[in-house]
Amino acid sequence: MDALLRARLLHLALFISLLLSVLSHASSQELQIVNAERRIDLTSHIIKVYLTLKVENIGASPASEVNLAFSPSEVEHLAVVKAAATTGKKKKRTYVPLDVKSSEQPAGPNGTKYFTIILSNPLSKGETATLEVLYILTRSLEPFPAEISQSESQLVYYRDSAILLSPYHVKQQTTFIKTPSTRVESFTVVEPTKRASTEIKYGPYDNQTPYTYAPILVHFENNNPFAVVEELEREIEISHWGNLQVTERYSLVHAGARHKGVFSRVDYQTKQGNIGVSSFKHLLARLPPRVHSVYYRDGIGNISSSRLRTDFLKSELLIEPRYPLFGGWKSTFVIGYGVPVEDFLFESPDGGRYLNFTFGCPLADTVVDKLLVKVVLPEGSKDPKAVVSFPVEQRLETKYSYLDVVGRTVVVLEKRNAVPEHNIPFQVHYSFNPIFMLAEPLMLVTAFFFFFVAAVSYLHLDLSIRK
Amino acid sequence: MATADASNGTSIRNAIGSVLSFFILILIGVLAFSIRLFSVIKYESVIHEFDPYFNYRVTQYLTKKGIYDFWNWFDDRTWYPLGRVIGGTVYPGLTLTAGTLWWILNSLNIPLSVETVCVFTAPIFSAFASWATYLLTKEVKGPGAGLTAAVLLAMVPSYISRSVAGSYDNEAVAIFALIFTFYLYVKTLNTGSLFYATLNAIAYFYMVCSWGGYTFIINLIPMHVLLCIITGRYSSRLYIAYAPLVVLGTLLASLVPVVGFNAVMTSEHFASFLVFIIIHVVALVYYIKGILSPKMFRVAMTLVVSVGLAVCCAVIAILAALVASSPTKGWSGRSLSLLDPTYASKYIPIIASVSEHQPPTWPSYFMDINVLAFLVPAGIIACFSPLSDASSFAVLYIVTAVYFSGVMVRLMLVLAPAACIMSGIALSEAFDIFTRSIKFQLPYHSGHSHVHAGDASLDSTVESDNVSKTEKSDDTSKERSLKKNKKKEKEPVEKPLSSKSQVKRLLVLPFEASIIAIFLLVLLGAFYVVHSVWAAAEAYSAPSIVLTSHSDDGLHVFDDFREAYGWLSHNTDVDDKVASWWDYGYQTTAMANRTVIVDNNTWNNTHIATVGTAMSSPEKAAWEIFQSLDVKYVLVVFGGLVGYPSDDINKFLWMVRIGGGVFPHIKEPDYLRDGQYRIDSMATPTMLNCLMYKLSYFRFVETDGKGFDRVRRTEIGKKHFKLTHFEEVFTTHHWMVRIYKLKPLKNRIRGKKKSKSKASSSTGSKRKGSRRNPY
Repeated sequence: MDALLRARLLHLALFISLLLSVLSHASSQELQIVNAERRIDLTSHIIKVYLTLKVENIGASPASEVNLAFSPSEVEHLAVVKAAATTGKKKKRTYVPLDVKSSEQPAGPNGTKYFTIILSNPLSKGETATLEVLYILTRSLEPFPAEISQSESQLVYYRDSAILLSPYHVKQQTTFIKTPSTRVESFTVVEPTKRASTEIKYGPYDNQTPYTYAPILVHFENNNPFAVVEELEREIEISHWGNLQVTERYSLVHAGARHKGVFSRVDYQTKQGNIGVSSFKHLLARLPPRVHSVYYRDGIGNISSSRLRTDFLKSELLIEPRYPLFGGWKSTFVIGYGVPVEDFLFESPDGGRYLNFTFGCPLADTVVDKLLVKVVLPEGSKDPKAVVSFPVEQRLETKYSYLDVVGRTVVVLEKRNAVPEHNIPFQVHYSFNPIFMLAEPLMLVTAFFFFFVAAVSYLHLDLSIRK
Repeated sequence: MATADASNGTSIRNAIGSVLSFFILILIGVLAFSIRLFSVIKYESVIHEFDPYFNYRVTQYLTKKGIYDFWNWFDDRTWYPLGRVIGGTVYPGLTLTAGTLWWILNSLNIPLSVETVCVFTAPIFSAFASWATYLLTKEVKGPGAGLTAAVLLAMVPSYISRSVAGSYDNEAVAIFALIFTFYLYVKTLNTGSLFYATLNAIAYFYMVCSWGGYTFIINLIPMHVLLCIITGRYSSRLYIAYAPLVVLGTLLASLVPVVGFNAVMTSEHFASFLVFIIIHVVALVYYIKGILSPKMFRVAMTLVVSVGLAVCCAVIAILAALVASSPTKGWSGRSLSLLDPTYASKYIPIIASVSEHQPPTWPSYFMDINVLAFLVPAGIIACFSPLSDASSFAVLYIVTAVYFSGVMVRLMLVLAPAACIMSGIALSEAFDIFTRSIKFQLPYHSGHSHVHAGDASLDSTVESDNVSKTEKSDDTSKERSLKKNKKKEKEPVEKPLSSKSQVKRLLVLPFEASIIAIFLLVLLGAFYVVHSVWAAAEAYSAPSIVLTSHSDDGLHVFDDFREAYGWLSHNTDVDDKVASWWDYGYQTTAMANRTVIVDNNTWNNTHIATVGTAMSSPEKAAWEIFQSLDVKYVLVVFGGLVGYPSDDINKFLWMVRIGGGVFPHIKEPDYLRDGQYRIDSMATPTMLNCLMYKLSYFRFVETDGKGFDRVRRTEIGKKHFKLTHFEEVFTTHHWMVRIYKLKPLKNRIRGKKKSKSKASSSTGSKRKGSRRNPY
C-alpha cells in the first residue's frame, strides 16, 4: 500500500509538472467538461465503460471536435470506441451516432493518445452538448494470484484512474465501478470513495485540471469465463449454385489465472458448485438462421459434444470443447456450416453483387485477438471491394478449390482485438458473370467425352503387327 | 449359311456377355467400396485403431516434406531416447500409394485433406482387389467363376475387418497386391508371355513395398513351380512365369529399404532360390532330352545325377551349416512362429501378447469367412476336373492359406481371397450344372440343344459358355486379348460343340432336384450377404478410438481417448515425454504429437521391458525409472468405471511378463494369487503397491464409495491411498484415460534426510547414489 501511494504521488507530481507545458495546447481547444459520469462494468472479462460527457465551448470560435484521452496501456487494449450525441430532454431523448477516429495529434504527456469525436453540429460559443461514449477494453484484468488451483476462485486486478483522463478542464465528475460479485478484496481509496454491494463509487470530484491522473487498483473476484480466441479464421465461400459455406477455425484459450497443480476429475464431477468455478466447458455460438450441415470437429476428428437449436430468427450451437478449460488451457476446433446463399447474397443496383454477412466471432462473450475474415468469391469474379464500418486491414489472395483453373479471389479482412460489438454486417461487392458457373461442369463433360472417344477409338483400332 | 448364322449369334452373345460382365464388375466395385462405408456413416470419417495412426502420420510427413525427406526420416518423437529410423523400417507401399493419390487430387485442385484420402484408401483398394480376384479366377476357371468370386470377395467379412473406411493399414493395399501378383503369375503361366512376366515382377515389387506378407508369395510360387515340375507339368511357360519373377523380383525387392539385403540373405527367401536352381536343371534336362536320343539320354542322366547329387549334398551341407550358425536359423521371429506355432509363446512374449497373433478359434472362421468355409471343399474338387496349372495353383494357395490362418488370426486375411476364389468356382460350377440340367429337360428346348450348345437365357450359363471358350483358347495359347473379337469369332465355335455336349450328357440331374438345389444355393448366398452386411455394419466398423453404447436414453458416446490426446497436445510442452504401455504409442505421437517411450512398432524388447518394469514397480522405483527416461507424464488407460475391458489392468500380465523377462527382480508369482491376477482384497501386496494399480485406482473409491471395478466385477483391494511421486493432472470424462505428472525432484532438506533413506525401499537405495551426483 505504501509503495502504491508513493507511486501515485510520483504520478501526480509528474502530471502537475507536465501540466504547465501542455496547458497552452489544451486551452487552444477552448472546451471544458461540465459534468462527466463514468460507469465501468467489470462483470465479464470484456470491460465496458460508459462515459457521459457534458461539453461546453468556452472559447470564441466554434468547435467541431472533442478529444478523448487514453493512457497508452488502455489504447493497447482498446477494442471499440463509440460515441453518440444526445438531444432532447428526458423522455424524448434521441441519440445521434457520431464518428470517432484515432487522432493524429502528437501524443500528450506520458504518451497519452487521443481519439477525436467529430460533432455533427459544431458547438458555438457558450453552447453545451451531451455526449455518450462507450469504449471497450479487453485483456485488462490481471489475474492475481496469477496461478490458482482447482478449488480456488479467480481474483483479478483492475487498474484505472479515479479521475477521468481528459485534455480538458473537468468541472465535476464521478466514476462508478461495477464488480461481478460482492467479494472485493481491496480497492484504492481516493476520497470521496464509497462501496455499496457490487458497486464502488469514486467522486464526485470537482474542478480537475487537464491530465490529472489518480491511479486506482481494484482487486476483486471474477469467475466469468475468460474465453479468448487467439486466432479465428472465418472462411466464407460463395457458390452461386446456392450455398454459402462458412468454415471457422478457432484456437481458444482460457486467459484467466493459470491452473496450477492437480486436476482431479472426481472433485470436478462431485463438487460442481465450488470446484473449478473459473473454468468453463460450454460455449454458445450464434449462427445465422437456416443453417444446415453444421459440423464441429478438430484435428483428430469429430467432437461429439454439441447441441444445435434452430428457429426462424437464429440458430444456437452449444459447443463443448473436448475437456473443460481451466486457466491457461488451450483448445482448437473448427465449426463449419452452410447457409442458403439467397439470404446473404444480393444484387446491387449497378448490376454487381454483394455479400452481406456478419463480421465478428459468433461465440458469445469472447475476445478475438486476431480475426481473419476470408471471403472466397466464385471463380471468375472481378473487382472485389469490401465495405466495413470500422478500420480493418485488407488484402487479396487466391485460392484453388475443386477443379479451379484460374483460382478464386479471396478478400481477406484482418482485425485485431475484436469483441462481440464487432458482430455487425459488412459487405463485399464484386461483379460476376453467371457463365462462369458452367465452366467446371463443361470441363468435366469435355474430359469424359475425350475419354470415351479415346476408348472407342482404341477398341476400333487394330494395333497388332500380325494380321 | 447356318454356320454363319451361328457364329453371328455367338459373337453377339459374346458382346452382350462382356458388356454385362463389365457392368457387373463396376457394380462389384461399387459394392466393395460402399459396404466399407458403414464406419463413416455410423461413426465418422476418422482413422481407426492403432497402426493406421502411424501410417497416417507417416503419410502426413510424406505429403508435407516430400519423398527424399521421407526416406531419410529419423523420428525423434518415439522410442525416446533412441528414436527410430522410419524411412528404413517401414513398408512404404501404403503411404506412397495414399501420398500419390493425394498428390494427384491436389494437382487437379481437388483439395481433399490427407486424412480423407487415407480414410478412403482401403475401400478403394478393396474394389481393386475384387477386380483382381475376378481376373485371377477367370484365369483359373473362366469368367463365370471370376464374377462369383469377385462378388464374394467384395464382401467377405475377414477382408472387411481390415479394410473398412478409416482402417488405413498395410493389409488394405497388400491384399490387392497379393491377388494381382497371383493373377499375373497365373496369366503368365497360361500365356507364356514375357510381358506379363515383367508385370508380375512389378506387382511383386508393389507387394514387397506394401506388406511383410510378401514372403507368402515368394514361398508359394516356388512351391507351385516345384509341384508342377514333380507332377511332370514342366513347360516353357512355367519357366517364363518363374525365372523372371525371381531375378527381377528379387532385384526390385532389395530396392525397398526395409527389405534390402534380406531379399537374398534370410531363410524366408531361400526356397525361391533353390527352386530357381531346380527349374534351371530341369530346363537343361528337357533341352538335352530334346537333342539326344533316348539311349544316350539315359546314359547322360545317370552320369549327371550321380555327380550332381554329390555337389548338391555338399552345397546343401554348407548352406545348412551357415543357416544353423545364426541363432534364429535365419528366420525372423514372426515367420518362425508360423512354422512352429508354439515358438512365440515360448520365447517372445511380445509377439504372443498381440491378440492378432494368437491362433483363431473355430467361431472366428465362421465369423470371418462364413459359408465360404463349406463351399471351399467343393471348389477344390471342381479345380481337379480338369486339373490345369492354374487350378493346381489355386488349390495350393488355399491349402497353405488354411494352414497359416490356423496359426495366426491375422492371416485369416490371406485365407479370405483363396476361400472366395474356391467358393466362386464351386458356386459357378454348381449353377452351371443345375441350370444346364434344367435347360436340357425343358421340353421345347430339347430338340435344339445339340445345335446351340450352352445357349440359355440365364446369365450364369452365358458366362459358363465363355468359360469353356477361354479355356480352349488358352490351351492353344493363342488367345492374346479378350478385346480382339475378330479372331475369337472363328476359332471356338466347333471345338466346344463336340466336347461339351458329351460332358453335358453325363451331368444331367433331375429337373426338380435342380430347381431345389438352385433355390438352396441362392438361399446360401443370401445368408452370406446378410451375414457380411451385418459384420460390416456392426462388428467391424467401430473405430475403437470412439466407443458407443446404447442405453435407454439413446446413444452414449465415449470419446475419452481423443479427449486425453487433445488435452496432451494443447496443454503440455511440445517436447514433453509421455510414458504409456506400447499400445498407445502410435496414437500418442499421431494425435497428441508428443514424444513417447515405446510404441506399437515393438522393435526394442528391452525398452518395452523397462516401461513394463516401471509400471509393475512400486511408486518410488517407478519414478526413478521414468525420471531416468526424462518422462514427464504417465498415461494409463482405465476401464473400471465404465466397464471398458481392454484397459491397462487387463494388459498388466504382459507388462509383468515382458518386464520380468529382462529385469529378473520383477517376478510374476509376486503378482499372482492362485495363478491369477487379482485386484480385489485377495490381491498380493506387490500388486496393490505397483504403479499400475495405484495410477488406475487413485481416488477411484470416491466415485461410488466402494471402489467397484466394473471390468473385473469386484471391489478393489486397496481403496484409500496417496500418491507420493506422481500427481494427477488430467482424467477424462469417463475416467478411461488418466494422465499423471511426475513430481519434480524435491529439494534436499538436511533434517529429513535420515528418515527418508530409511523409508526408501531396497531397489530405491541402489539408485540413490546416481541421484546424489548433481549436488
